[in-house]
Amino acid sequence: MPERAAIRAEAARLRALFEAAGALPVETSVLQPAEVLLDLYGEDIRARAYVTSDALRGEQMLRPDFTVPVVQMHMEHGAEPARYTYSGEVFRRQEEDAQRANEYIQVGYEIFERNAPEAADTEVFSMFFNILRPLGLRAATGDIGILMAAVEGLRTTDRRKAALRRHIWRPRRFRALMDRFSGRAVVPEPRSALLAAAEPMAGIEPLIGLRGPDEIANRINALREDVTAGPISASEVQLLDAILAVRETSDNALERLRDIAVDMPAIQGAVDRLGRRLEAMTERGIDITKLDFEASYGRTQMEYYDGFVFGFYAENRPDLPPIATGGRYDALTRQLGRGREIPAVGGVIRPGLILNLGGAA
Amino acid sequence: MTLKLGVPSKGRLMEKTFDWFARHGITLGRSGSDREYAGFVQGIDNVELILLSAGEIPGELAAGRIHLGVTGTDLIREKLGQWQNQVAELAELGFGQADLVLAVPRCWVDVSHLDDLDAAAAAFRLKHGFRLRIATKYHRLVRDFLRENGVADYQLVDSQGATEGTVKNETAEAIADITSTGDTLRANHLKILEDGLILKSQATLFKSRVAPMEATDRHTLKALKQRLDLD
Repeated sequence: MPERAAIRAEAARLRALFEAAGALPVETSVLQPAEVLLDLYGEDIRARAYVTSDALRGEQMLRPDFTVPVVQMHMEHGAEPARYTYSGEVFRRQEEDAQRANEYIQVGYEIFERNAPEAADTEVFSMFFNILRPLGLRAATGDIGILMAAVEGLRTTDRRKAALRRHIWRPRRFRALMDRFSGRAVVPEPRSALLAAAEPMAGIEPLIGLRGPDEIANRINALREDVTAGPISASEVQLLDAILAVRETSDNALERLRDIAVDMPAIQGAVDRLGRRLEAMTERGIDITKLDFEASYGRTQMEYYDGFVFGFYAENRPDLPPIATGGRYDALTRQLGRGREIPAVGGVIRPGLILNLGGAA
Repeated sequence: MTLKLGVPSKGRLMEKTFDWFARHGITLGRSGSDREYAGFVQGIDNVELILLSAGEIPGELAAGRIHLGVTGTDLIREKLGQWQNQVAELAELGFGQADLVLAVPRCWVDVSHLDDLDAAAAAFRLKHGFRLRIATKYHRLVRDFLRENGVADYQLVDSQGATEGTVKNETAEAIADITSTGDTLRANHLKILEDGLILKSQATLFKSRVAPMEATDRHTLKALKQRLDLD
């Protein structure tokens, strides 16, 4: 491992590059209120973040990332548009792999900007691309927005769309839902018995717990409605599978997605955005015929990315985590903004890994 | 040096462990009064009995302070990350069988599988403004299981005892706990989800992979394994 002082120096070099690009340096607290992070990520965050507490402030987490506090800070008193950079430790609980660092320095760059989202995506990506170019890394890219648009465009009930949207970042559950909604999954026996019962709520006493009989009845009604809705068509399932299977260089991926959009016009807008982004990248000198694009990339990562996503990997060092990652997180600003929102994109880079790979310092 | 064997210090688990070793001609026992946690070993040389709470045995094995230990698979998996690197299973002892299961109120006629639990949790959060609470002391095992199965919008609340009562007391909506017969669950108006089996556990003899051993200890271990028909 490189020494801490060397990592700090590298972090300072990176932050200076971001500042030179117009970013305002910001600091955040190491201790973050656990509630906000739990609300956002759910129980899973407990497996990834260190939790501590005191009698006055309750549960606190050692900062697992900068994005959340930076968004909160911007939503409270940020000017628009804004560019921020930061540098500091993040802490990640490791329960399975003792080789992975549980404390490391991240340097980040974030853009909050209402107009020209593709230009902002490209600005962030090309900045990282150029910084990391000497290391010969593989860049992976994707766009969660295309899958979200496809779900939105399905000819089915709003309830089903909401269920699918909720599980976009959990591929296994998403697949199970698609199987069920398209009539490909076997209906479990208790479910069919429940739906066949004339009075399913009869004799269910004693009623215990906070989830009341009204909630149980609502769910039964929802399940009954769902039966009458009819399955999602096989052709739509195929189109969705076709989107998820796109894994090519960006120019070919765009062409493939344009073909799919002919049969699924709902994704046209999202595919056009991808097209404009790739144009902007070309203008900045990035060869998109050598840039990988994978439609399902980013689905198993943290669930706040909802548009363009990217990561940089050292292919000859599979033992290392990604050197840099990032993406667009418009929905996160909506959730943290208490009624306000602003499109945002950003990324983080790990100076320790750059040094590890023999990079600049 | 002696080979240190950790055994639960009280109750049926201790007695059944003593019985199991006795069947192999090794007598374990508590010395002195019932209150003193010191033990003796007869029938094999250079083995020392350490009486411990069953919950502390995984940590002692992982720290290498004991060479062998009897405890439940559930506790090993809950308490040790990458447990296979820290301990090895020598023998399942055939008692202390218990399943870690996910259970919900029996009145939830609309919930029989994890799929239903996930949907119920989403609706619950919208209505009540907080995530559906699952009471358990097996945080890691339950969280890993629910993540693996794509269940969202829940939270774990810690319950170190009388977990089955938390639903009626409205401090949780569902529970994940150890059961052997299911009687306590039924008595508390709960039912197990059809795909809610998280782990099957039983009392197991584990060997520490990190405890330092001298030549005599290796020799003792070999002799012990022979006596226990484990070689």
